[in-house]
Amino acid sequence: MKNRRGGLLLYAIFYLAFLYVPVAFLPLFSFNKSVFIAFPLSGFTTQWYAQMFDDADMLRALGNSLEVGAITATLSTVLGLLAAKALTRYRVPGATALLGFTSLPLFIPDIVLGISILILLNAVGVPLSLVTVIAGHCLICVPFAITVLMSRFDGFDKSLEEASLDLGEGGWMTFWRVTFPLALPGIVSSLLLTFIVSFDEFLIAYFLAGNEATLPIYIWGQLRFPEKLPAVLALGALILVASAVLVVIAEWVRSHGFKDRHRMIGA
Amino acid sequence: MGERIVRFYRRSEAARGLLLLSPTMAIMLAALAAPMVLLALYSFWTQDGYTVNTQATLAQYATSLGRPTYRALFYRSIEISAVVTLITVLLAYPMAYFVAFRVEKTKFVWLILLTIPFWTSYLLRVFAWKLILGYNGVINSGLMSLGLIHQPLEFLLYNPTAVVLTLAHAWAAFAILPIYVSLEKIDRSLLDAAADLGDGPVRRFLRVTLPLSLPGVIGAAVLIFVPTTGDYVTPSLVGGSGGVMIANVIEEQFDKVGNWPLGAALAMASMAAVGVVTFLFVAAMRAASARLR
Repeated sequence: MKNRRGGLLLYAIFYLAFLYVPVAFLPLFSFNKSVFIAFPLSGFTTQWYAQMFDDADMLRALGNSLEVGAITATLSTVLGLLAAKALTRYRVPGATALLGFTSLPLFIPDIVLGISILILLNAVGVPLSLVTVIAGHCLICVPFAITVLMSRFDGFDKSLEEASLDLGEGGWMTFWRVTFPLALPGIVSSLLLTFIVSFDEFLIAYFLAGNEATLPIYIWGQLRFPEKLPAVLALGALILVASAVLVVIAEWVRSHGFKDRHRMIGA
Repeated sequence: MGERIVRFYRRSEAARGLLLLSPTMAIMLAALAAPMVLLALYSFWTQDGYTVNTQATLAQYATSLGRPTYRALFYRSIEISAVVTLITVLLAYPMAYFVAFRVEKTKFVWLILLTIPFWTSYLLRVFAWKLILGYNGVINSGLMSLGLIHQPLEFLLYNPTAVVLTLAHAWAAFAILPIYVSLEKIDRSLLDAAADLGDGPVRRFLRVTLPLSLPGVIGAAVLIFVPTTGDYVTPSLVGGSGGVMIANVIEEQFDKVGNWPLGAALAMASMAAVGVVTFLFVAAMRAASARLR
């Protein structure tokens, strides 16, 4: 028995290594002096990071991505909140079908989502811009927001909201004073995760961005130029670290919540 | 009239639920359903210079399915994705099993470690493999500086195997969660019961754990197979000419070539092909799991 556990643990460690080691080459070579991404390492430098931050196009793309990510996160979390509340608190006819419909974007290749929205925008005559990127990103972020928020709504007692209504609070006050604080860990988690999904998304933005570039589109454009690769690695390393930190915070908030707040409301 | 609607709204739970759902559904209809309908319509039209001739025709489908290069790409895309799905699920199962059954206090840490890659940049994770497998890449330069080889190995990058390897890595996290969830849900007393009734560990796994976790396995397989058939980034970066997939030619129709109806037909045909394969797979797995019990 003990032996079997050891075997599986060893496998798990190898599996984690398989997940992380390939990606670890990005930060490793971002500090390497040579412009060639190859062994042997030729010495430590931070010049690629400096070069990257001097690049006006990069900064503009970064600004665009932050903007698109923040708006997408807010919109998709609000939409997710409404849907999650409806699906967990009311007996909606056809709830399973509706939930299935909202998770459909997960099962359609991004390229198909991208070109189909492009066709629609073209038919309606909407010019491509960051706004259209936000629309595309909301489509893929809403399923994540709904999933995160539904699990949060399932996790606390409906009777708390009912008690508030019984005690004479109106629908909105009940939402702000009971539902919202209880759902807050889910909301924070959903905001962070949808932000990351949007911030890292390439293909849909590639079709819908028009002349503007988001950060992944900018990176895609740089990949053709070998002399620019080290700076791209520096940027990539920062993005990976920032994304990973946000995921850890989001998951932590989601599963541990804000304990003090719970107690406050429970009291 | 207005008052009656208000009263109905107050009374009916379903109506309130649907009202709350309506903004989300409206967005989904506008950004998902409407574009899909239009994509389907486009696939029956013809590109005529800079305009589109809306006379309905099956010409685009005839080209999509008739031209040998496109047919070869459909087969290759499905083949690559099927292999990726198989590898990813097989690798993920023991990992998910380990977290579900062998880890007790640190489940949370393991799950976070396994899901971080799922949320971080897909583009960069794929690009990492280009660096690793390239002609002057990590593996070649590493082996050469160790003196193990004198010439860079050329077979590493720009072929279907590189695409499979990269996709299996990029989608690994997608397989873990569904399998983990289905393993975690298994009632532990069933395992004790099987042991009490004399089943050894292997028999117990095959007769209780595996069949009960199959929904998660099927879910993981579908969640990987369907999107990877349409992957664009991986074949573009590491596939080379031998590793081109269907998404690459679809993109071309919407970019360089400018033949949107043909691109739409290729997209519709690939979704249909993937749908059929997925349906057959799920049906076969269901039948197999019924037999296992």
